[in-house]
Amino acid sequence: MDYASSRAEEKKFYLLAALGALVSAIGIGAALYMEHHGHAVTGMNNQIVWGLPHVFAIFLVVAASGVLNVASIGSVFGKTVYKTRAKLAGLLCFAMLAAGLVVILLDLGRADRIMVAATHVNLTSVFGWNMILYPGMFAIVFVYLWTLMEKRMYPYSKPAGFAAFIWRLMLTTGTGSIFGFLVARQAYQSAVIAPMFIIMSFAWGLAVFMVVQKAMYLWNGMTLHPEIRNRLRKLLAVFVGAVFYFVAVYHLTNLYFAKQTAFEHFILVDGGIFPQLFWGGWLCVGTLAPLALFFLPGLKDMRGSVTLASLLIIVGAFCQLYVFIIGGEAFPLEIFPGRTATSTFFDGRIDQYAPSLPEILLGLGGIGIAFTMTVVGVRVLRFLPEDNIAKLQAAGALSD
Amino acid sequence: MNAPDNKRRALLATAGVGAAGLVVAPGIRLIEAATAADAPKTTLASSKVRWGMLVDTTKCKSDCNACVTACNKENSIVEEVADPRQRSQWVRKIDLVEQRTGKQHSLPMMCQHCTNPPCVDVCPTGASFKRADGLVLVDRHICIGCRYCMMACPYKARSFVHEPLTTQNPEMPRGVGCVESCTFCVQRIDRGLQPACTEACPEGAMLFGDLNDDNSAIAKRLKEVASTQVRAELKLDTGVRYQGI
Repeated sequence: MDYASSRAEEKKFYLLAALGALVSAIGIGAALYMEHHGHAVTGMNNQIVWGLPHVFAIFLVVAASGVLNVASIGSVFGKTVYKTRAKLAGLLCFAMLAAGLVVILLDLGRADRIMVAATHVNLTSVFGWNMILYPGMFAIVFVYLWTLMEKRMYPYSKPAGFAAFIWRLMLTTGTGSIFGFLVARQAYQSAVIAPMFIIMSFAWGLAVFMVVQKAMYLWNGMTLHPEIRNRLRKLLAVFVGAVFYFVAVYHLTNLYFAKQTAFEHFILVDGGIFPQLFWGGWLCVGTLAPLALFFLPGLKDMRGSVTLASLLIIVGAFCQLYVFIIGGEAFPLEIFPGRTATSTFFDGRIDQYAPSLPEILLGLGGIGIAFTMTVVGVRVLRFLPEDNIAKLQAAGALSD
Repeated sequence: MNAPDNKRRALLATAGVGAAGLVVAPGIRLIEAATAADAPKTTLASSKVRWGMLVDTTKCKSDCNACVTACNKENSIVEEVADPRQRSQWVRKIDLVEQRTGKQHSLPMMCQHCTNPPCVDVCPTGASFKRADGLVLVDRHICIGCRYCMMACPYKARSFVHEPLTTQNPEMPRGVGCVESCTFCVQRIDRGLQPACTEACPEGAMLFGDLNDDNSAIAKRLKEVASTQVRAELKLDTGVRYQGI
């Protein structure tokens, strides 16, 4: 690379890093604004207590866990194609986990009491478990990345990868159980939510990975070998199908229970924005369109089809979380079954939620933080997945 | 060269100790003073007591809001938040209509002070806690405002303070960014008084007392009349019971 192109590339890097830092700073500024004025400046209220920041935060945390799947397939199951990608997966996991936690913490009513949260842990609380699971995840991923990047540590990469594999399954079980253990509201209290979150993490994490990998390849003027692209495409399709299965089971079970039919009718039929996002956003855009791009003869070999499908999966993920979290809260608590309730506290009323600008900016700030950490990470260390095609072919690793 | 340096160090050290003393000493004095002032009133909550309430919904009138007004006054719940959905309500009146028969009821709904409170289970810091006498309270010093308890409460009994407050009852501190709910007027019952809502009810529809004391009026009444726990299927063993629904 000559001096001029190196300078140009450096400029592009600083531009991207500055853009990411700006979005992050705006997000943090929005959080300070919320901190100063209280949550009165948000669209959240006493019924919809978790809003758009939680949609962003949970997406980031769940995708962070899932993106590490790429590394696990390499380190735990010994697949060379995935091993090459383990470092990038680790970096993305670290970045998204950090960003998700920042968003959750900055949305707290008393974000200044973070030390209280760190020093007072109630072990009957799923949030309390997460206070142990999240820092543990950082530590394990840090050690795992070390074993992948430091030659002397190579022999330890398999046990470290295995520890990360187990830990992230626990982590996402913990994230799903935040909802699964709630008896109060119709939308939650289901054991299927934890495994559903795990499979969602696989799909969303791999989708994010594919987009980032594509961007890095474009930057470096590289192309993904068709065999590897094919393999990742099929894996992502399996994950999308599995998410569909779990979501179908969740809703079909609810439809079978008489006490849940009113809620299902709300989410699937007459709940306004929620059925629209469910059918249009999650099912059509986030599930059927990617599957079409993966398998339809005219589309599957189209240039950029896997990246487009991955982006659609991410859009679908946000729709799905919006329906699950905000739709689940908007439906009134059924405190007196068989009776119509009215009160000044909006009992029996379907709640309306409109996210305010600070909430949107805080959520986007989280994406900005993950983006900046990734951009800086790939610039200063070697995270680019480089396949040695000749070696892979010789070992028969592309055809197994 | 060394001598002046040493002097300067000694001076800085003295100044440092002095400043630390000035900062810490008033605190110690205040704590002593506060402890001394509180001493005669303080009684430890006992697990022999289980505070509870029985609401007779047949007496409760739909157009009466006396319990809510008394609660707001006692606990200084005055908020100017524009969105009514963001205002705190520790007790609220719910009007019910039976869908099949059209039969109407009206009742006050507040924290049910469960024996097995989901809010306490889910609280990450332990800020939501159950006192020995069954009161479910929030420690405002360690509540981080995550609102998980509000997701978990089956009675929608908790409120989040959405904006800074300017009026406070010194006995019932509240603050922006924390979650709060009915305390059964803990500041009153610890002095042997009734909760403000119970005292204010013009119909005498609310009966408060010790469920564990067989001779208390509430225990006697609960033996005589059929009472209901709201969402009994959750087996939370509520401290608040309703008659007539």
